[in-house]
Amino acid sequence: MVADPVPLLTAAELFPNGVSRYAVGGLLVGLGAVVIYVGTGIPAGASTFLESTLSYVSGQSRFQQYVSSRDWRVVFTLGIVLGGFAFAATVQSGLVTTSLYEAGATSGLYEVGGLTLWSTSVQPWRLFLGGILVGVGTRVGKGCTSGHGVCGVGSASKTSIVGVVTFITVAIGTAQVVSALGVSP
Amino acid sequence: MADRHPLFKPLIFVGGLIFGFGLGFSQMARPEIVLNFLQFDDLGLLFVMFGAAIVSGIAFAVMPRISDRAPLTGDRYERRLKPFDRNVLVGGAIFGVGWGLSGICPGAAYASLGVGNVTILWALAGMFLGAYLQGYWRSRSQSRDTSPAGAD
Repeated sequence: MVADPVPLLTAAELFPNGVSRYAVGGLLVGLGAVVIYVGTGIPAGASTFLESTLSYVSGQSRFQQYVSSRDWRVVFTLGIVLGGFAFAATVQSGLVTTSLYEAGATSGLYEVGGLTLWSTSVQPWRLFLGGILVGVGTRVGKGCTSGHGVCGVGSASKTSIVGVVTFITVAIGTAQVVSALGVSP
Repeated sequence: MADRHPLFKPLIFVGGLIFGFGLGFSQMARPEIVLNFLQFDDLGLLFVMFGAAIVSGIAFAVMPRISDRAPLTGDRYERRLKPFDRNVLVGGAIFGVGWGLSGICPGAAYASLGVGNVTILWALAGMFLGAYLQGYWRSRSQSRDTSPAGAD
């Protein structure tokens, strides 16, 4: 390994920001799912919230099937939002410092009342159009990055592994094409 | 369902908090980081999903062996197994186009709102619209689609 600098260079190219912050973040995401699973037996996913919440306002049978789980799914989503806020209020705002966080990884930081918040510069049309496709696709495909990607892969579910390979492959192709067309950010 | 344990929702909330903090910490809540991954500029994001899958995988493997039922629901510990059909491929491909275009997926979008990303409301509005559209179509053609509840 020491005598062969080429793979090291490649690793630095593939992982210019290292892997620690990603791995630690991933462990926490997994831990959140584990806490819920150990207490309740529920393998939680994030995208069912989109449909279960629509059951409050729509009588469509497709949404009404989620009436029994819609309340806790709102609680789960609120937890995720506030978890993101807790990160912003501590690490992102400098209250807690860690070598794993780099403020300048992307632009978009802004200050509000002593808090350092962050907002994307990806164009709204990409977010909105992409969001529509995410909404359709995750629900037709029986899961998203958390349901299939975390709980499904964690369960060694063949369905989920096929789903994950499908959406990652297509997403890579799409992002490369969009980038090649000169769309940025 | 009605007589759930009083700690049921608080526990879900705590799990969500940790989950959302992790999405913030990993920076997966930033669409730019996801797009960097998909364009092969930084493959670190692999460690988020597979790191999380390994941690949850341990619980999925261990819990059914050490306990019969979950304390707060009385439900059996089961793995997340869904039947495979064409929808997994079709839906996965549609999701892939949306993820590749926007750089955001549902859980990361919720966390992104928490880190202050007001602009992500465009994506959340789109996700609700998309979920509504497919629900509308599928409620109307339910005889062809008998997929069970609980997909996430």
